[in-house]
Amino acid sequence: MIHFVLLISRQGKVRLTKWYSPYSQKERSKVIRELSGTILSRGPKLCNFVEWRGLKVVYKRYASLYFCMCINQEDNELEILEIIHHYVEILDRYFGSVCELDLIFNFHKAYYILDEVLIAGELQESSKKTVARLVATQDSLVEAAKEEANSISNIIAQATK
Amino acid sequence: MSGGGGPSLMDSLFQRTLDDLIKGIRLHLPGAAQSSFISKSLDEIRREIKSTDSQTKATALQKLTYLHSLHGIDMSWAAFHAVELTSSPSFLHKKTGYLAASLSFRPSMDVLLLLTNQLRKDLSSTNQHEVSLALECLSVICTPDFARDLTPDIFTLLSGKNFIRKKAIACLLMVFSQYPDAVRVCFKRLVDNLESADNAQTLAATVGVFCELASKEPRSYLPLAPEFYRILVDSRNNWVLIKVLKIFAHLAKLEPRLAKKVVEPICDHMKRSEAKSLVFECVRAIVSSFYEFEFAVKLAVAKIREFLLDSDLNLRYLGLQGLLLVAPNHLWAVLENKEVVIKSLSDVDRNIKLEALRLVMSMVSDDNVVEICRVLIGYALKSDPEFCNEILRSMLSTCSRNVYEIVIDFDWYVSLLAEMARIPHCQNGEEIEFQLIDIGMRVKDVRPELVRAGRDLLIDPALLGNPFIHRILSAAAWVSGEYVKFSRNPFEIMEALLQPRTNLLPPSIRSVYIHSTFKVLSFCLHSFLLPGKGVNSSRSNFVDIEPGFTYSESEQEFTETDHATSSSGFNKRDTFTQEAVVNMLTLVITSLTPLAESHDVEIQERVRNVLGLAQLAQQEISCNHDQKEKMVDKVDLKTSIIIRLINDALSEDFGPVSLSAQERVPVPNGLVLEENLSKLDSICADVQLSISESFSLVKPILLPTDGDSVSNQQNEEDSETSPAESMSLLAEHRKRHGLFYLPSDHNKNASSSFPPANDPNQRDNDVEDLVKLTDESLVLKRKPGSNRPRPVVVKLDEGERLPITVKKTDENDDLISGAVRDVLLGNEASLHSSNPSGRRKGESHSKDKVENFETGNSSKRRSKHRNHGKYVEDKEENSEKSKKKSGGRHKARRRADGGIDVAVQKQVIPDFLL
Repeated sequence: MIHFVLLISRQGKVRLTKWYSPYSQKERSKVIRELSGTILSRGPKLCNFVEWRGLKVVYKRYASLYFCMCINQEDNELEILEIIHHYVEILDRYFGSVCELDLIFNFHKAYYILDEVLIAGELQESSKKTVARLVATQDSLVEAAKEEANSISNIIAQATK
Repeated sequence: MSGGGGPSLMDSLFQRTLDDLIKGIRLHLPGAAQSSFISKSLDEIRREIKSTDSQTKATALQKLTYLHSLHGIDMSWAAFHAVELTSSPSFLHKKTGYLAASLSFRPSMDVLLLLTNQLRKDLSSTNQHEVSLALECLSVICTPDFARDLTPDIFTLLSGKNFIRKKAIACLLMVFSQYPDAVRVCFKRLVDNLESADNAQTLAATVGVFCELASKEPRSYLPLAPEFYRILVDSRNNWVLIKVLKIFAHLAKLEPRLAKKVVEPICDHMKRSEAKSLVFECVRAIVSSFYEFEFAVKLAVAKIREFLLDSDLNLRYLGLQGLLLVAPNHLWAVLENKEVVIKSLSDVDRNIKLEALRLVMSMVSDDNVVEICRVLIGYALKSDPEFCNEILRSMLSTCSRNVYEIVIDFDWYVSLLAEMARIPHCQNGEEIEFQLIDIGMRVKDVRPELVRAGRDLLIDPALLGNPFIHRILSAAAWVSGEYVKFSRNPFEIMEALLQPRTNLLPPSIRSVYIHSTFKVLSFCLHSFLLPGKGVNSSRSNFVDIEPGFTYSESEQEFTETDHATSSSGFNKRDTFTQEAVVNMLTLVITSLTPLAESHDVEIQERVRNVLGLAQLAQQEISCNHDQKEKMVDKVDLKTSIIIRLINDALSEDFGPVSLSAQERVPVPNGLVLEENLSKLDSICADVQLSISESFSLVKPILLPTDGDSVSNQQNEEDSETSPAESMSLLAEHRKRHGLFYLPSDHNKNASSSFPPANDPNQRDNDVEDLVKLTDESLVLKRKPGSNRPRPVVVKLDEGERLPITVKKTDENDDLISGAVRDVLLGNEASLHSSNPSGRRKGESHSKDKVENFETGNSSKRRSKHRNHGKYVEDKEENSEKSKKKSGGRHKARRRADGGIDVAVQKQVIPDFLL
């Protein structure tokens, strides 16, 4: 199973963290510090696997972002690379050639999409189309909720409460 | 409108949005400006989040979630607000609330209790996206309470719509681990999902859960092998196949008949599949669990070779990993690919280099260790410091494995250690120090060489400037002092120990130096003043010139260990002239006197000891010097008496101490071992490092209850006195270690032929060298030279190795597997079979829990009861179904009813599979 997912920019800024195994806040920041150190310092065109504290971190760089996932020693590294690619493709399709800024300003959406791809540290949906459809439906639900909240009657109701 | 700190309408209308926050953070430079902006925003958020307007609250929470997940800001204080939002009717707010909850909640939070009801409500919502939100959140923050209370709700979802079902299944893993009794409720449905192949995603999720469960305790899942087999053969989904392969890799180890059946389809996949991930998983399964099937291993090794030759670094890395897995059972696979492995030692990627190094080390055996180490040392010299140390570390750990099992020629090994010390980047001083001393204590025959190597290190003033090897110098100093009797020239050692540059050493090591000075001094004085007692007597004993000579018992021991020196042929009497001794005394006194005022207590004390002895000796000997012609009998001098006493005290041999020695010491009355000394720990934290070495040198004789190690020690000593005894001991050794031993006095001639650890002429072409050497020496047959006698290595009883702590499986896993077995085998089987006590305990434990669950909660949770009842019905129905389905399984269970537990597990594999 995947223990955690990290998105780190080339400058070492964290763009997304999702933890499927229990880590305390202190451990989390330590993990991020350690891993961004080791991964960012690795040159291009090296292999995508790093051994780390008895676990394995599979990472891949897309443009300015490093996508990292941490797995057990006996898990399949290539499978994880495929999952990373899968996630990136879905992001790309959703945002329309995704860039780092998209993820910065829509961090919650990046999480929602990740939650449709992975659950409990396992891949849950291998079809990009399905994920796209699900996310679109949820977006429309959100839009509906927003419209309702922004209707004038609602604002008046709030103000006079 | 709420007054005071509460938000106003204006606050709500002009609230900073998430975008504003992010832009603000990006505008401020990282550092003080940014953090002050963040703390200002946090103040705003604290105010806004209390708003009654849920939109304002949601935005505030979203901003806080952003700060928490990307800037590590604590948000536990806002947990209640997150719970509040999850109950919002608006999907947007609910979603925000759940995101915050799943990212920030901890099992220890009280607020979790408040979430239970909301989760239950959402799990049974008609809007599947709400169900999905609740499941996702639960899969991350599941606690035993959640798992217990929500199991019935999840159970119903296990047969719902596919979109929800796969999430519910994935969630089960968390639920099971938190609340093993959930297995009893949900397991059947989970298995049913394995059989329903209508949706690939639910199947993948189910297999995923089983894969995780089986990795913890595979035995319980053997009965499901037919289902997994069907998936293995039928499925074309690589994600699923990879997981199934993992499951079989676990199961096959338990059931050889299963392995036989499964290995064919795995090979088919390996041959056919285009997906590298699947191929590699097949390879991994074969080499780790099916290594007895020659054809399969051959195929796997061929695939590994393809990986190794690929241009993709990832595949090369995995290829090396594959080889590493094959190595223990099929070394030929490594040998076949040795060129690639060795080429990888100089790869650009450090990870690949490391894998290659591990592989090279896996090839090491007692036949080729000398050559491999020689080349690796050359390699280490050329590598970057980090990798250089990696090489040294792996050499050290490989060679010292199992009390230096693979080292035959210890003289060579000692010179290798000394060689390592001279490598400029060497940072393994601590380990080398330990091994030098350890070998000194364990292997008597190597002591002369040890002293020689130690002398070379001590005498080199350049080494003192490198702090990384101070630890090694400390070992060299200790060895030279302790075994000074083997030294060719003790005066030289004395000079080395007292050279001016020793002031570069840290005090702890300097005090070792000074103590060694003391030992060397007392040895020299002894040899000078009492020549007959030391050297001659040993010679008489050895060559048998003066049969009538008698000596005290304590000296007997000393002189016997001494024979190597005396037989080496130089005459100590010539060395210890009066002039030399007087010069030495002057040297000692002049160099150490300044240190008598040292601030370091350790140094000061030892220096004073040495000076006391030296000054006394100087007085008497130089006054003796004046009246040369009268030549008082040296034996009667005061110094001589003292020296004899000191020498007696020092002559006792140090030996290795069993790690369990401490345990065998009976606890004295009135000593409370469990007393809380945590305070002491913090006080001693910085002291501990430096005292460790003095602990390791405890003389085994002093341990009253350490009977085994004492007798062992004496055995080793006896083996050199009486031939009959030694023969029997040797025979025993041979029996135990399968090595051919010769009496140790032949050692001298044999050990002269070791090759230099690092021949500078051969450094340049190591890659070719290593290739060549693998050609020559990695052949698995023994080389003719290998029957050289290996010196006796003192080993203690089993207790010396670290006590093996029996790794208890997690109690939870135990409970899960217990429950799984119950479900799979039906309850009768588990009641009648005589379980091992551990499992029975687990079961009764969980049964109690079930009872609690039924009685304690009956009033509050009626709905669950209903479900529970349904589950029982369901289960009966299911078990009937399965009875009808496979008569074989039913029969197996019947048979198992009377048998013991093991039989139950063996027989549940239906015959149609095999």
